[in-house]
Amino acid sequence: MAECGARGSGSSGDSLDKSITLPPDEIFRNLENAKRFAIDIGGSLTKLAYYSTVQHKVARVRSFDLSGQDVAEQDRESPYEISVQEEVTARLHFVKFENTYIEACLDFIKDHLVNTETKVIPATGGGNIPHEAFAYQKDADPEFRFQTNHPHIFPYLLVNIGSGVSIVKVETEDRFEWVGGSSIGGGTFWGLGALLTKTKKFDELLHLASRGQHANVDMLVQDIYGGAHQTLGLSGNLIASSFGKSATADQEFSQEDMAKSLLHMISNDIGQLACLYAKLHGLDRVYFGGFFIRGHPVTMRTITYSINFFSKGEVQALFLRHEGYLGAIGAFLKGAEQDNPNQYSWGENYAGSSGLRSASPELCPTQRARSGTFDLLEMDRLERPLVNLPLLLDPSSYVPDTVDLTDDAQAREHWLTCFEEALDGVVKRAVASQPGSVDAAERAEKFRHKYWDKLQTLRHQPFAYGTLTVRSLLDTREHCLNEFNFPDPYSKVKQKENGAALRCFQRVVGALDALGWEERQLALVTGLLAGNVFDWGAKAVADVLESDPHFGFTEAKRKLEERPWLVDCYDRWLRRLKGPPHKCALIFADNSGVDVILGVFPFVRALLSRGTEVILACNSGPALNDVTYSESLIVAEHIAAMDPVVHAALREERLLLMQTGASSPCLDLSRLDEGLASLVRERGTDLVVIEGMGRAVHTNYEAALRCECLKLAVIKNAWLAERLGGRLFSVIFKYEVPAEVPAE
Amino acid sequence: MGTGLLGVLMERQGRAATTSASSTRDPASDEPDGRRQEPLRRRSNSASAPAVGDSALTEEVRRDRPGSYSGTTSVSRQRVETLRKKRPLFPWFGLDIGGTLVKLVYFEPKDITAEEEEEEVESLKSIRKYLTSNVAYGSTGIRDVHLELKDLTLCGRKGNLHFIRFPTHDMPAFIQMGRDKNFSSLHTVFCATGGGAYKFEQDFLTIGDLQLCKLDELDCLIKGILYIDSVGFNGRSQCYYFENPADSENCQKLPFYLKNPYPLLLVNIGSGVSILAVYSKDNYKRVTGTSLGGGTFFGLCCLLTGCTTFEEALEMASRGDSTKVDKLVRDIYGGDYERFGLPGWAVASSFGNMMSKEKREAASKEDLARATLITITNNIGSIARMCALNEGYFGAVGALLELLKIP
Repeated sequence: MAECGARGSGSSGDSLDKSITLPPDEIFRNLENAKRFAIDIGGSLTKLAYYSTVQHKVARVRSFDLSGQDVAEQDRESPYEISVQEEVTARLHFVKFENTYIEACLDFIKDHLVNTETKVIPATGGGNIPHEAFAYQKDADPEFRFQTNHPHIFPYLLVNIGSGVSIVKVETEDRFEWVGGSSIGGGTFWGLGALLTKTKKFDELLHLASRGQHANVDMLVQDIYGGAHQTLGLSGNLIASSFGKSATADQEFSQEDMAKSLLHMISNDIGQLACLYAKLHGLDRVYFGGFFIRGHPVTMRTITYSINFFSKGEVQALFLRHEGYLGAIGAFLKGAEQDNPNQYSWGENYAGSSGLRSASPELCPTQRARSGTFDLLEMDRLERPLVNLPLLLDPSSYVPDTVDLTDDAQAREHWLTCFEEALDGVVKRAVASQPGSVDAAERAEKFRHKYWDKLQTLRHQPFAYGTLTVRSLLDTREHCLNEFNFPDPYSKVKQKENGAALRCFQRVVGALDALGWEERQLALVTGLLAGNVFDWGAKAVADVLESDPHFGFTEAKRKLEERPWLVDCYDRWLRRLKGPPHKCALIFADNSGVDVILGVFPFVRALLSRGTEVILACNSGPALNDVTYSESLIVAEHIAAMDPVVHAALREERLLLMQTGASSPCLDLSRLDEGLASLVRERGTDLVVIEGMGRAVHTNYEAALRCECLKLAVIKNAWLAERLGGRLFSVIFKYEVPAEVPAE
Repeated sequence: MGTGLLGVLMERQGRAATTSASSTRDPASDEPDGRRQEPLRRRSNSASAPAVGDSALTEEVRRDRPGSYSGTTSVSRQRVETLRKKRPLFPWFGLDIGGTLVKLVYFEPKDITAEEEEEEVESLKSIRKYLTSNVAYGSTGIRDVHLELKDLTLCGRKGNLHFIRFPTHDMPAFIQMGRDKNFSSLHTVFCATGGGAYKFEQDFLTIGDLQLCKLDELDCLIKGILYIDSVGFNGRSQCYYFENPADSENCQKLPFYLKNPYPLLLVNIGSGVSILAVYSKDNYKRVTGTSLGGGTFFGLCCLLTGCTTFEEALEMASRGDSTKVDKLVRDIYGGDYERFGLPGWAVASSFGNMMSKEKREAASKEDLARATLITITNNIGSIARMCALNEGYFGAVGALLELLKIP
């Protein structure tokens, strides 16, 4: 089955064919831990799927045992201790490569695979929900428009273009039917292309095609009608007969032109059949996948054109970022009998996955060499299932991200530069977080390289990893840090800050209690905002904090913009506070230290005093200096020891600490921990407070909820502030009340 | 586009598209005037082809919009109108200038009276003699003798209908011949259809001093098929199908009689392919088309095998083995792929084996020609079947479904 397209052909591509250009351990990551392994050797591509466990380091926090210790000990800087532990999580790996490399790969696999049950999976199936889908628009900016992951995707037609074409009607996640196919597919392009030209490799044929002029080979309408096509209302550029001009013995045709004509012929034919099938089955969405598509803009474009043409715009051609894996993911998850796949949610590991390819392969040859040959996808099994926040007004239209950076070139430039400039600091922070480690510096450098490469890829191909957003940039950084065993670079910073803030808690609360009611409400809000200035994630603040560690809470308050704020709904909020108390408030906390302890907790305390129950939701895993769920438990415990209101609320379960299920500085309200979601429902939550730039500005700024919502943030990025019409440390105080609170 | 190799491909290849037509064999309904313009030209298709992008396809295109018939042709139309009252003068020609081939139909009157013969001008005689006494014209013109329709009554005259073809790229030579033979002195009307009627109109006028009467190719196609079917083929049926096409021993060519042919799907395979849904003799629409047609088969064969004529390409295809070139289901699954109900011999990927160097070296030119033929015909069959299903003609393409079962 292995085919060696260029073996012995003497072409310059020979050396490439014989050896894997990358160390195999980078491709078959974690293979020695594979628990289940499946291989699908297709007509021209081999796909591997394996399920492995990954051991990685996690930072754990634990309260000191306070019994038998004197008061002086409690006054020490750290409120808790940090330990790094090994944790094992499950990961799915998908790798695909051309069959040319199969021998070398199989050798490597044999050497590294131990005690694993191997099975061959049929990879042509409907499979799982296609996650990130996108449509292609020629000459648009961006050319790739991603569909958000909304649940109403069924039914759809899945057209898998491998060697041949399979057309599958997918009605639900597990109900799909093969409705037809065609033998004219990727293998036809490749096979005929290899016969017609000197180029024997698929990718190179596509590249050849992208430089050709099909009109030299195809017979167009204008070739038959002469100039009359215009008066007849015909489009002269229509292909009347593919290869119609080559029916002559006395003419040579350029390889580029023939490849282009071939590409058009096949894309058009597939598009036409897909439309006919879509029409027959009454479907208006067609997802295209298979190696013929595999992120090749040129084939996506011709297929899209064909679909638009044949359906007159009634059918939409959609592509999937992980298209080639759909069948494999579906089959693999289904095959994982002992772990019911529906129990788990999976998240893509950006650190391990390769990206979509560029329209211009010359731009980034190293990146191309890798992903062009081996395509990788890794998915981490998340510990708990994730669901929608029940309070979303319209879950199907909810998009967490405020700005689509694939769409907004100016914003993209800014943020990419911003993340590039911040990289040094992150590396420094990572090394500093592990003072005892001998290889921390080395690992940190590896991290730097990996993340830098990803950023460079994104500069050239913003769509490489799906929708590009500030959130995806932040998440990718976290994944890359984890990859090199920096599970929580801010753990020590957070520990120190939490300790310092806890010591100030009583003073802050005392001052608040001394104020009159109306004054106190404003002070609570400004406290919340001032706390949010403390954010190691934002470079401006990082600079201030590095140079002046005693930069205090009061200082932060002074830095805040004077009212009226950039977005200022405070008066409405104050009026609301004069009304009846809320039943239950859900608060998404942001940073550790001053933010959560001196900003959020006093606010929580005030809500509790009003008779409102509070759910405080924190990240499950670490991200920047954000407070994690386990840290929040310890912090609450310390506060309860000082404050009877919090103490009683915790005891009576009027204050509940929950985890979000996420490890991100941003917030995706459509992927929240199941336990949190059901609690929100049970308690009849009627107020949601979202705090911080990551959660309330980069994401959720436009999110519409079914209940009242506060979105609070201090803009700590000068560019963003300016873009929003403000300046550094401008304040966003958004208070939203749904027009009509719909009945649950 | 819709013009082209229909007859040739059908006959030589021995595979029929559904060219069914009126079963009314009432002689009284015969003698349609081939040049009459039907006042009613219904086309329910509406979309114009998109003009953006350099990719393009044959698709529903509107051609009956006002202005299609320009000033010069309205003159011809008037002439047609007047001629209708009187029988037109000889010679009687019909011309279809396609993308690849020009098809010329010539009516040779066999009931010429002595009086008539005396009056006949020399050039007319010479044309008749030239066309009927030869089977080849120049190096590329061919008269398909086997297709000749004998003892036909057309417009009150008895005679034979001759079918002649030559490559479109020899059109200039043809026009030059018309000039040399002084066609214009005959005051005949040259009724022409196909894209070339437009493309070469000016050349006919300036070089040959001939005014073309341009006619819509799809109108002509439907009319021609209905007529030809109504007169039969020298006593036999024009429309036929293959029984047991997958079984080379028991495959039989059988006449197909249609009592009530409408609605029918007409798949016209020229250089490209046009697919028409025909609801009645004067009501049809172009459903779709594909650019993978006879021109693609011939063009690819030229590139892959170095052949120079369509006949050569077909001849090579008849001797080849496409399974060496195509990747079959059994090549991937080792046998039938039962889950999808695909037999092992079905083609999974046309030319799929050609991804491998060894297999490329093992394939002969004949194998490549055969694979090209199978690829194109299967694809046309597949698209036609889908169109039929979408149009609701479940029964009408029974014959075509059979076509898909090529081994």
